[in-house]
Amino acid sequence: MTRVLLAPRTLRAILPAVSLALLLAAIFWLQPRTMSYTGLNLMLNLAIPIALATIAQMFVLCVNELDLSIGAYVGYVACVTATWLVDNPPLGIAALLAGILVYAGLGALIHLRNLPSIVVTLGMSFVWLGVAVLILPRPGGTSPEWIRWLMKLHTPVVPFPIIAATVIAVVVHVALMRTAYGSILRGAGGNPRAIDRAGWSLLKIKVVMFALAGLFGMLAGMALIGLTTSGDANIAARYTLLSIAGAILGGCEFVGGRVSPAGAVIGAITLTLAGSFLSFLRISPDWQIGATGAILILVLALRALINRAEERR
Amino acid sequence: MTSPIVELDGVARSFGAVQALAGVDLAVDAGTCLGLVGHNGAGKSTLMQVLAGTLAPDRGRIGVAGEDLTRGYDVVTAQRHGIRCVFQELSLCPNLTVAENARVLHPSIRGRAWRRRAGELVGAVLDQIFPRHGIAADAVVGDLSIARRQMVEIARAFSVTDVPVRLVILDEPTSSLDALVAEQLLAFVRRFVAEGGSTILISHLLGEILETADRVVVMRDGLVVESRPAGDFSRESLVAAMGSVAEAASDRAAGFVSRRQGEPACRARPVGQGAGEGPELLAHPGEVVGLAGLAGHGQTDMLVALFEELGPRRSALVAGDRQTDGIFPLWSIAANISVGSLRDMVRGLLIERGAETELADEWRRRIGIRTPDMKDNILSLSGGNQQKALFARALGSTARIVLMDDPMRGVDVGTKQEVYAIIRAEAAKGRTFVWYTTEMDELAHCDHVYVFRDGRITAELAADALTEEKVLHASFADEAA
Repeated sequence: MTRVLLAPRTLRAILPAVSLALLLAAIFWLQPRTMSYTGLNLMLNLAIPIALATIAQMFVLCVNELDLSIGAYVGYVACVTATWLVDNPPLGIAALLAGILVYAGLGALIHLRNLPSIVVTLGMSFVWLGVAVLILPRPGGTSPEWIRWLMKLHTPVVPFPIIAATVIAVVVHVALMRTAYGSILRGAGGNPRAIDRAGWSLLKIKVVMFALAGLFGMLAGMALIGLTTSGDANIAARYTLLSIAGAILGGCEFVGGRVSPAGAVIGAITLTLAGSFLSFLRISPDWQIGATGAILILVLALRALINRAEERR
Repeated sequence: MTSPIVELDGVARSFGAVQALAGVDLAVDAGTCLGLVGHNGAGKSTLMQVLAGTLAPDRGRIGVAGEDLTRGYDVVTAQRHGIRCVFQELSLCPNLTVAENARVLHPSIRGRAWRRRAGELVGAVLDQIFPRHGIAADAVVGDLSIARRQMVEIARAFSVTDVPVRLVILDEPTSSLDALVAEQLLAFVRRFVAEGGSTILISHLLGEILETADRVVVMRDGLVVESRPAGDFSRESLVAAMGSVAEAASDRAAGFVSRRQGEPACRARPVGQGAGEGPELLAHPGEVVGLAGLAGHGQTDMLVALFEELGPRRSALVAGDRQTDGIFPLWSIAANISVGSLRDMVRGLLIERGAETELADEWRRRIGIRTPDMKDNILSLSGGNQQKALFARALGSTARIVLMDDPMRGVDVGTKQEVYAIIRAEAAKGRTFVWYTTEMDELAHCDHVYVFRDGRITAELAADALTEEKVLHASFADEAA
C-alpha cells in the first residue's frame, strides 16, 4: 500500500492537490476570516474564468501545440458579451460562434501547413485584440442579466465557485479521459504516427481540439463578464501566461499528450489563491507577479525531483 | 489450393533518386507463414509499408483475396481487409493505457464499458500468446518495459473485433524479446497459421525464419530474388542468396596493404560489450574503417561514443540524417561549411570573412559543389550536393579522425563516386575515417571492417579477407551463435 502511495506516478498526480491544500491552509492561518462561505466565494470567484481558460489551453497542449492567443481571445469574447450579446443577441451569438470557427480553422491550418502553433497564435493574439478594440474602444458595456445571475448564484452550503470548478473538472475529465474518442484525442499527442497508422484523421483531431479550446475560451470570457459586469479589450491579457502556468502546475506537459483536466482546474485555482495569499502577506502588487512566479518554480522543482526519483528506479 | 490472401504485382516505389522497390511480385497464401529476408536497403520495410497502406506505391497492383484494391489503397482499406502490421519502431501511444491503445486499433469498441471490453480483448490475446505475461490492461504503456510494449503491440495486432485478421506482418518482432518469450510468439505464429491465418515474418535471426516460415522470400536491391519453401534453404544458402556472390572477390583485395602498425588513432568498444569480450574497434592513422551490419544494431551509438570521447577538436562527425542533424537550413553554403572550423578563423571576437570565403571556395573546387555562388542558401543545393557540403565541413576542419554515420543515404551514384575518391585521397594523407555504412558496396572502400549485431562486434575483417558472405553471416545470427 505504501509502495503504491509513494510511487512517483501517485506523487505526481497528487502534487497539484497537495500544493493547493498547503496554500489554502496558509491563507486560513494568516486570515481566519477567509474560512467562511463569503470568504471562499470572494477568493475563488475569479478562479472560474481562469480555470476555463486553463482547460482551453490544456486541449491545445494535449496535441503538442501552444496557444499564445487565449488571453486576447478571452478579451474579444468579453467585449462581444458586454456589448452585442446585450444589445443584439443574434449578432452576439454569431460573433461568439465565429470565434470557435476561427479556432477550428487555426487547428486545420496548423496541421495542414505544418506551421508552428506558437507563431500562428501569437499573430492571432493581435488580431483578437484589434477586433476587441474595434468592438469596444473604451472600457464599458454591461453583462447580460442571465450570466450575472449565474455567476452571482448563492448556492446553499458550498460556495458557487467550488461547485462550478468541480463541474468543469468532472465534465472535461469524463469527456477527455474516459470516453473512447477522448483516448484517440490524447493518443494524437502521445504518438501521432501511431494514430495516423491506425487510420484516424489527425486533421480532424487537431480541428476538434482547437474548437474545444475556442469553446472553453468563450466560456471563460462570458464568465469573466458575469463577474466584472463591464468589458475591456485588455481585460484578460494575463490569461495567456496564467493558463499555461496553470496547466503545467496541474500536471500537464508541453509534449506527449499527458494532460489532466482536474489538475488544470486545481492549477488555475492555486494561481488565483497565490495572488490572495500574497496580498494577505501585505506584499505590494508590484511584487506579486514575481512572487507568483516563485511559487510556480517551487512546485515545478518538486515535480522535477519526483521525475528524477522515477528515472533512478 | 486456395487463392492467395495478398497478391502484389510489379510494385515499385522510389524516394528521390533511390529506387527502394523495383517491381516486386509477392503472393501470400492462406495458412502460411512467409519469411522475408534481405540486407539493408533490400526494400523489406518499404514493401511492408506498402502492404500496410502507410505508403502508396508509384506503380503496381495490390490484390487482397482476389479483389483488386490498388486504387486508393490506404491504412483503412488494409484494416478493413484484415491486414495488420507490427512495425519495427513501436506504434503505441505511451501516454495511453494498454486498453486505450487497443481501442485505437478497434473503432468498433464504443459505448458503455468500452474500456473494460478493450482491456479484455487485448488481455485475452496476451494470455493466449504470452502466458503469465503480467501486463495489466490499465497499465500506462509508457511505464512498461520495451519488451512488454512489444508484447502489447503484437497482441493488439492479433486481436479481433469486427473484421477477421487475415494477415499479420511482423517486422523484427523478437528484437526486444528474450529467448523464452520469442519462443512463445513463434509457437503462436505456427498455431495461427495452422488455423488458416497468414503471417509475414521479417527477422535478422535466420534460425527463426527457417524454423517458423513455410516459404522464404529473399529480397535484394528492391527485387524478390528467391522464393522457395523454407525446407529448401539452409543458413548458408540463405546468406548466399542475399548477397551478390559473383562479385565476391574485390579488386582492392589484391593490392591491399594493411596500415595496422604503430599506435592506433583511436580504440573503443561498443557500449553493450564488456571489457575483454569480443573484438575491440581499432582505427590507425590513414585507415578507412567500416562499420557494417544491419541498420540499428549499435553502429551509430558507437560513432556517438567515439565522438564524445575524442571531442570536437580531434574528430568531426558527418551526419547521415541531413535534415535533422546535418545542415543549418537558414545558413548559406559557405557558413554551413565553415562552422566546422570557426575556431581557426576567429580574429579577436569576430569571424574573419576572408578566411571563411577562402575555405568555402577551396572546398567548392576540391569536392565539386555545384552552385553558382557559395553565398546561396544551403537548401538551394540538391541532396547530394548538400551532403558534399557536410563532407567539406568535416574535411575542412583540422580534425584527424572523421566519423561518418551512413552519410550516403539518398545520394546519387555520381556524387558517391566523387566522395569515395576524396575519402581515399584524404586517408592517403594520414587522416582516419570511421565509416558506418548500410551499403555493402561501400565496404569495398574500407581497409578494415567491423560487423555489428545486437550492439556487439561479431566479426572483424581486413579488406583482403572481406566478402559479402562473411558480412552477411556475421549480421544475421542463428540461435546457436
